[in-house]
Amino acid sequence: MTYQPMTAKEVTKKIFNKEPLFILDVRNTSDFEDWKVEGANFTHLNIPYFDLLDGVEEVLPKLPTDQDILVVCAKEGSSVMVADMLSEAERDVSYLQGGMKAWSEHLEPVRVGDLKDGGEIYQFVRIGKGCLSYMVISDGEAAVIDATRMTDVFLHFAKEKQATIKHVFDTHLHADHISGGRIIAKETGASYWLPPKDAAEVTFDYNKLEGGREVMIGSTAISIEALYSPGHTIGSTSFVVDNTYLLSGDILFIDSIGRPDLAGLADDWVGDLRETLYKRYRALSDELLVLPAHFMTVSELNEDGTVSEKLGKLFAENHGLNIKDEAVFRSVVSENLPPQPNAYQQIREVNMGKIIPDEEEQREMEIGPNRCAVR
Amino acid sequence: MAIQTNVTLDAIGLACPMPIVKTKKAMNAMEPGQVLEVLATDKGSKADLQAWAASSGHQYIGIIEEGSVLKHYLRKSNGEEETEKKHPYVISNEELVEKLQDSSVIIVDVREAAEYAFTHIPGAVSIPIGDLEKEASSLNKEAEIYVVCRTGNRSDLAAQQLAKQGFQHVINVVPGMSQWTGATESL
Repeated sequence: MTYQPMTAKEVTKKIFNKEPLFILDVRNTSDFEDWKVEGANFTHLNIPYFDLLDGVEEVLPKLPTDQDILVVCAKEGSSVMVADMLSEAERDVSYLQGGMKAWSEHLEPVRVGDLKDGGEIYQFVRIGKGCLSYMVISDGEAAVIDATRMTDVFLHFAKEKQATIKHVFDTHLHADHISGGRIIAKETGASYWLPPKDAAEVTFDYNKLEGGREVMIGSTAISIEALYSPGHTIGSTSFVVDNTYLLSGDILFIDSIGRPDLAGLADDWVGDLRETLYKRYRALSDELLVLPAHFMTVSELNEDGTVSEKLGKLFAENHGLNIKDEAVFRSVVSENLPPQPNAYQQIREVNMGKIIPDEEEQREMEIGPNRCAVR
Repeated sequence: MAIQTNVTLDAIGLACPMPIVKTKKAMNAMEPGQVLEVLATDKGSKADLQAWAASSGHQYIGIIEEGSVLKHYLRKSNGEEETEKKHPYVISNEELVEKLQDSSVIIVDVREAAEYAFTHIPGAVSIPIGDLEKEASSLNKEAEIYVVCRTGNRSDLAAQQLAKQGFQHVINVVPGMSQWTGATESL
């Protein structure tokens, strides 16, 4: 038997198509429990590679014979070793090319829909980490929102679509991932926008993203309205694109809401978060399609791989939008919070321009899920 | 701090899984109770060596980071958890903490120097069990001497050995450093 690589893109397709896959994760147990490759019909077995150095006999009976088997580790090396041992034992297996490192960095562009005057909006699904970025394209121009540090993907995509990136936005100062916004702006000559209230300590020049502004993309009448909506961070801003799409940043997700504690001031910002979700968002049309900056589990993915839902449906079904009592709301979003994202303080400093780590250090900081939400 | 070890393994520049593959091989060639230093640059080795040590029964002593080099210290298992304690005089960790209020307590730490380097009771004297016979002469035979190790087994052997050499008041600390909650210091 032989073993072969399976790319992050191929695994992503299996997630979108809800295909079965058996994952033998050979990382140490704490890393596995912290973060893993998940799909609706994926099953997992975790046996650290260092417990398999003397042979894989004990694993063989635990491996299914009727579905694909993928061996996963941190950076590929150990999964290749284990895949090789399994193939020697006459089993047909694949290993995840580039390991969890590549998994964390894979972006899958998915088309969300049309704009009224012929443009399109795309969602870039960072499937391994649950981050969502956007590109609005109209008449040869493009805007990028909440870009990740894998900037080449955005640059190539715009080129393929023959669009020039004119504007780059971050809805807020991110704490879970390193923004690629400034680099994309620099490479393309686009304007970089950041809410000034989140930018008090930044070391670079930027355009002030403030409530009530409109920015044109293309010559057609496509506007991005910035809707000031503090809560996750004091400067958090949402966008309404083309009167159809609500880019809600880290304020509102499909099955959860933004946690207010990552910039250190949970208590102060709980009131803002409630005001945004229960008053400002209420004033918007139920027909808006909510496009958040994160998803938490693959169950939030639609059939086509997008993460989106009508605002009206979220008001009916999202638990975080249906807590009548303000004191209860306060306790839900400020007590018993999930663990904070890996290295979130350092990530904030990178996004402020205060520290400039090399690529390997940036990867290390971003290990793990995003953890920006509370349910 | 300088750490005394029996064997050093250079795994610098090696990617996972090689640091652990080589560590396992090096351990196999060592005597029980000996200390191995592993030099690695793979950041994954931090969590993996600890987890591997736990699953294979070896003791992970600690890590020192020097720039990009991670220096891991491990002690080969000698099955000490299974042996029966024989020295008749013992004291619990908690009772020893009480005694420490009184400044004249003599504590002899018989673990390897590398273990002592990472953490020990303030004022404890380091005499690894292998050196005890020749270094016992530096101790007062009439004094109360508390002998401590990680789990109470090496200190049990050490206490028996000291008693045989004529020491009058030797007391074994049980279980010892693995459960110690009192004050500690490191080199």
